[in-house]
Amino acid sequence: MQVTINVNGEDHTADVEPRHLLVRFLRDDLGLTGTHWGCDTSNCGTCVVLLDGEPVKSCTMLAVMAAGHQVRTVEGLETADGLDPVQQGFIEQHGLQCGFCTPGMMLTARALLDRDPDPSEQQIREAISGQLCRCTGYLNIVRAVQWAAHHPAAAAAATAPSAGSTP
Amino acid sequence: MTAVEEPVVEERPIGYGRLKRKEDPRFVRGKGHYVDDVQLPGMLHGAVLRSPLAHARIVSIDTSAAEAHPKVRAVITGEALAGLGLAWMPTLSMDTQAVLATDKVRFQGQEVAFVVADDHYAARDAIELIDVEYEPLPPVINARHALDADAPVIRDDQEGRTDNHVFDWEAGDKASTDAVFADADVVVAQDMLYPRVHPAPLETCGCVADMDPVDGKLTLWATTQAPHAHRTLYAMVAGLPEHKIRVISPDIGGGFGNKVGIYPGYVCAIVGSILTHKPVKWVEDRSENLMSTSFARDYHMHGEIAATREGRIRAVRVKVLADHGAFNATAQPTKYPAGFFHVFTGSYDIEAAHCAVTGVYTNKAPGGVAYACSFRVTEAVYLIERLVDCLADELHTDPAELRMKNLLRPEQFPYPSKTGWEYDSGDYPATLRKTLELAGYDALRREQAERRARGELMGIGLSFFTETVGAGPRKDMDILGLGMADGCELRVHPTGKAVVRLSVQTQGQGHETTFAQIVAEELGIPPEDIDVVHGDTDQTPFGLGTYGSRSTPVSGAAAAMVARKVRDKARIIAGAMLEVSTEDLEWEKGRWFVKGDPTASRTIQEIALAAHGSLELPDGVEGHLEATTVYNPPNLTFPYGAYLCVVDVDPGTGAVTVRRFVAVDDCGTRINPMIIEGQVHGGLADGVGMALTEIISFDEDGNCLSGSFMDYLVPTALEVPAWELDHTVTPSPHHPIGAKGVGESATVGSPPAIVNAVLDAIGVRHADMPLTPGRVWLAMHGGVEAPQ
Repeated sequence: MQVTINVNGEDHTADVEPRHLLVRFLRDDLGLTGTHWGCDTSNCGTCVVLLDGEPVKSCTMLAVMAAGHQVRTVEGLETADGLDPVQQGFIEQHGLQCGFCTPGMMLTARALLDRDPDPSEQQIREAISGQLCRCTGYLNIVRAVQWAAHHPAAAAAATAPSAGSTP
Repeated sequence: MTAVEEPVVEERPIGYGRLKRKEDPRFVRGKGHYVDDVQLPGMLHGAVLRSPLAHARIVSIDTSAAEAHPKVRAVITGEALAGLGLAWMPTLSMDTQAVLATDKVRFQGQEVAFVVADDHYAARDAIELIDVEYEPLPPVINARHALDADAPVIRDDQEGRTDNHVFDWEAGDKASTDAVFADADVVVAQDMLYPRVHPAPLETCGCVADMDPVDGKLTLWATTQAPHAHRTLYAMVAGLPEHKIRVISPDIGGGFGNKVGIYPGYVCAIVGSILTHKPVKWVEDRSENLMSTSFARDYHMHGEIAATREGRIRAVRVKVLADHGAFNATAQPTKYPAGFFHVFTGSYDIEAAHCAVTGVYTNKAPGGVAYACSFRVTEAVYLIERLVDCLADELHTDPAELRMKNLLRPEQFPYPSKTGWEYDSGDYPATLRKTLELAGYDALRREQAERRARGELMGIGLSFFTETVGAGPRKDMDILGLGMADGCELRVHPTGKAVVRLSVQTQGQGHETTFAQIVAEELGIPPEDIDVVHGDTDQTPFGLGTYGSRSTPVSGAAAAMVARKVRDKARIIAGAMLEVSTEDLEWEKGRWFVKGDPTASRTIQEIALAAHGSLELPDGVEGHLEATTVYNPPNLTFPYGAYLCVVDVDPGTGAVTVRRFVAVDDCGTRINPMIIEGQVHGGLADGVGMALTEIISFDEDGNCLSGSFMDYLVPTALEVPAWELDHTVTPSPHHPIGAKGVGESATVGSPPAIVNAVLDAIGVRHADMPLTPGRVWLAMHGGVEAPQ
């Protein structure tokens, strides 16, 4: 089947099998390997992307279901102005270790902050409760989202992050 | 050695301190590079056909329909592998494991055939086309019946075998322990099961095998925590020359011990690439990961503790039945088939101790490799910390007071334990006091009494753990004959930047940051100027890899030692530059200066340039500024900590809420406190999972009941509290930088604290994990049996 999916602001048209999963379309066909895959049962959330701004699990969504929609992946978080505050927050608050759940967590956080710029700790925990992390024990992810909420303009800041720096 | 305070944190440390991770900029951009991200031209895809039965004879395998699939390039069976001598492979415990089953299947999920196809979907389609006829056999599922006279023999592939016995192993002194028990005022005995759990890293296991048919070199991108050990084993097993194997372990999406072993899928992918002359990718799915790769624990323990009426602990003895599954694929040092379980005497000053461990085969997935458990320390700590609470219950005494009364005292270190360890350093009472103060222990007990009066079930649980990590001294420890020392190479470039090459492999621990900090601390080169290379056997020195919290204690020591070698050489060069004797030079971080004249100095960067230049060097001194080392640890390290958990239990449903968790850790010198805290957070969440929700269980036919994340319940952000952390610092006296390692401390220490809290809440002496609402409710209403 021929589908056209807008990914990170760019239209992509492809012939796909009806059973082709969105996660595989993104990873294998578009090479956007920042979207991960971890369970196939919608439990782990490493495959979360935003579909028209809402978090969805791309391992249990067919590519054809995304036709005509706007998909945003982790590769679409950074802009010309710099990192999204959520990305910066994960660096600042040590919100990641192995990095495997991180893209999905950040996209869910982005959607949450778009809806509610100042969520409570409990609201953050609920928002990410459909996603698993085996490394961080979640506290620093919560803190990372809080950091992003409190630094909404971080993306525009000139202090682009550099490896190993302590801004 | 007593606890000392950490120095003031610098903003931009050149050395130890809170440094943002060098890894993060790529991860937050989705630019991590994991095994499944590897795409090679012409790459094919593999899939494994697995056994639906736990125990069955294979009558026939018909692969004709799969072979006829238009996108299938190869179908590999055990019979085909047997022709190559690869149907069986050695395990890390000197046993053998079927790569693809030839005679029987011995657990549900065992590998039976491997298909290589043009794409992932076709490979999956084709395994459905393979027709296997099985003759079912009665399975052995309950380890307690594995040694019954009429139990089916699982490993009849081993000639002459008539039972399911794997090993017997003992530690401590039986006679003296029995004597203390015979004479003790109080003896408390308790059966307890540490259930089978699974590391379940979010990235499953997988590889891309690429055998170059022209030069005969195999490149294997693999999810491995031990790339060098894997390469050597592939060379030994497959007869491939070791220099013609390159194992690359790229970014790893969590390991937790799951990625220590070699799995049949890796071997099949290699064979697939040899047969097809194409790269072959194999990545298991979640069910395959949970059902077939290395589990952890599955220890059936009978513990006894002897004490005086006043609460002085005198002796501990324990018998263990260890369920090793169908193949003994556990990863333990050769001399220690039960790992370091004999650290079960814990943190207490006792007269005698003895343990006897028996390993058995069952028709379950093979293992169990460490799962963030430092070689069975998790089981040992759980046993002793539960026994101490059972004793407190028996004596009607406060568990904090009982622990404080029996803890080792600072002046007893280095402490020779009754089972043969030498604990390096510690101030245990100070750490426990800090935990009790931070938690507000007395106030919590008052609150508990008030709530109880209102019919509310609040529980407070403690644990005090001593870890034993950093395996290990070569004379005592090896895996398959490979000593557990680690190499390290350091080269300072002419412009003063540096590259350090490690034998260990990060799976999220932040080695690229902390190892740069170790070198920075020793040489004064900023961490951002130090590139850390790891996870590629062509680019790094030999070493056994990252597990058992060994990176910092072993490889971290190697990094410090190699940096000191460079520093010593820099001194000679500085002497030549300043035209003074090296004896007249003194080191200050980042430069050598002339004693008494601090202005006469050369920075490490200046020295690096001179080392590569035309400066005349003393006789025998080579140019350039680099060194290599191999670090053989003189002893293990013994991080420790005191944990306190507060829970609320719903009297109607048995549901447990972890309200607070206070963790005070002592891992010796702290290289990057931010990373240490992150490691502790993660381990605490692991503990919540094991204590409350996680179990790999089986029905009586051997069907795995925990084959997906819908059944294997990993904690989410809603099940864990906001952790409360603090620390003490007692450096390890035998470690070059005093660091002890911390990766598994919280996983080891937290489950007993949580279980003790739940049992404290419901007033029950013991109930086995996982303390799910149903199991807690049963425990509250007359008893709950061990899970299967």
